[in-house]
Amino acid sequence: MVAFAGVLHERDDVRADYFPVNTIREDFPILRQTVHGKPLVYLDNAATTQKPQAVIDTITQAYTHYYANIHRGVHWLSQQSTDAYENARTTVQRFIHAGDSREIIFVRGATEGINLIAHGFGKKFINEGDEIIISAMEHHSNIVPWQMVCEETGAKLRVVPINDEGEFLFDEYEKLIGSRTKLVAVVQLSNALGTVNPIKKIIEAAHSRDIPVLVDGAQAVPHMPVDVRELDCDFYVFSGHKLYGPSGIGILYGKSKWLESLPPYQGGGDMILSVSFEKTLYNTLPYKFEAGTPNIVGAIGLGAAIDYVSAIGMEEIAYYERELLEYATARALEIPQLRIIGTAKEKSGVLSFILEDIHPHDIGTILDQEGIAIRTGHHCAQPVMDRFDIPATARASFAFYNTHDEIDVLMDGIRKVIDLFK
Amino acid sequence: MSEVRELYQEIILDHNKKPRNYQVLDDANHKADGHNPLCGDRVTIYVRLNGEKIENIAFQGKGCAISTASASLMTEAVKGKTVEEARQAFERFHDLLTKDTDLLSQLSEMGKLAALAGVRDFPMRVKCATLAWHTLNAALDNEEIPVSTE
Repeated sequence: MVAFAGVLHERDDVRADYFPVNTIREDFPILRQTVHGKPLVYLDNAATTQKPQAVIDTITQAYTHYYANIHRGVHWLSQQSTDAYENARTTVQRFIHAGDSREIIFVRGATEGINLIAHGFGKKFINEGDEIIISAMEHHSNIVPWQMVCEETGAKLRVVPINDEGEFLFDEYEKLIGSRTKLVAVVQLSNALGTVNPIKKIIEAAHSRDIPVLVDGAQAVPHMPVDVRELDCDFYVFSGHKLYGPSGIGILYGKSKWLESLPPYQGGGDMILSVSFEKTLYNTLPYKFEAGTPNIVGAIGLGAAIDYVSAIGMEEIAYYERELLEYATARALEIPQLRIIGTAKEKSGVLSFILEDIHPHDIGTILDQEGIAIRTGHHCAQPVMDRFDIPATARASFAFYNTHDEIDVLMDGIRKVIDLFK
Repeated sequence: MSEVRELYQEIILDHNKKPRNYQVLDDANHKADGHNPLCGDRVTIYVRLNGEKIENIAFQGKGCAISTASASLMTEAVKGKTVEEARQAFERFHDLLTKDTDLLSQLSEMGKLAALAGVRDFPMRVKCATLAWHTLNAALDNEEIPVSTE
């Protein structure tokens, strides 16, 4: 190696021994560009992730060669499309280790998955005086649908508090579980704080009282191996776009015994067995919940994204990202004006921070000029901001295509922000 | 960093650090709250109106450097002006940030507000710079409900 390569480059090369980040980066065409004349440093992966060429090509192939509506035509194209769509369902099933592909429902995203359950479960099982438990670190998408259910039914929302580190307070949770609790809905990995919740323990505690649990896995699925049967969760939701797949496609997993007991979410085509003006018979799982022509190519694209990350390996991704976060945290702590928001022992992928006397919005604008994309704001988790008594944070969130060099660029950028405001 | 320097000029950094007229106005007869839900910025504008004249004006709030400096500069710009003059000033200021008109001819009449001209190059930040002005408009209309830039 040439001496000029520098210490940091050297380190990345060493790391490439076990994780080929430089090769991986070549799979993501968007990462090759410059922004404001600087190489793009994309650190907004908790908002959405970039797409590998394999996903882009799969989408192009579908529209170029075999696109047609599914489950309908007897013609060749329709058969090809239907096969690709259903293969994607099987790919998802294997990826999250569900027992049966009937338990995999294609939805628009994690938000729609939660709304589907809130609607059906609320209608069927929740009455006045009942309680739904969520946590203080939920994304708005796992708060508002339940508030709507409560408004409609007269049920109560109970919120498990978090500590100053941003950790789920398990003892408080156990105190909240009671005879009126009908459902627990909790996030596996917080998008605002990076906290990884003890989801298995949370589920066990609820199940010991026969209470079902919905897990919001929107942030977890892209960053760690997920096994819904091992977790024994009753419902699990995630979005394709955070998993290097297209937007507008997501997954609701539900145990078939639950999904069968719930009423349909929307009425329309594909969700019926037969329709007459006297009586309509609903289709079986999973089609009962997939009214109308779905996001066919979105589902196929999500399948390609899962194939892509599976080839790298979720264990390997989790390990590499953990190391990235550790490095970023250590570097961030070298900056005295910086305070990390979210310092849980179990963390993944997210470095949320504030700078003394500098608003996150200003941080975001200045970093953008350096080619660095981070998120600033409340991250659709206003209650989390209120908990820490701050209006917003700056958030750098990582993916397996990020490098240690990029974290150095981020830290240099943060120092520039501080200098500007001196 | 040159565009950033253009945006965060000394005068803006100064007004951010030491905002002028930053207080509650006890004898205010017009008041409004403004909120930018996108970034959580909040501002309250207090106005003491004597007939058509803005006799006194002050603000309080929490926000980014652009929104704080803009609020501070605004209070200086409209103090002693009539309601009509203040509204015209907002219109000119808004045009300066959003319209593709001849910048230079406007800058001279804008006084210190011209320091915010750099926001033109950052469309995402126009809302930060105009939050205080929208809120002033609401206060002058004596709307008691919080205004929003959304």
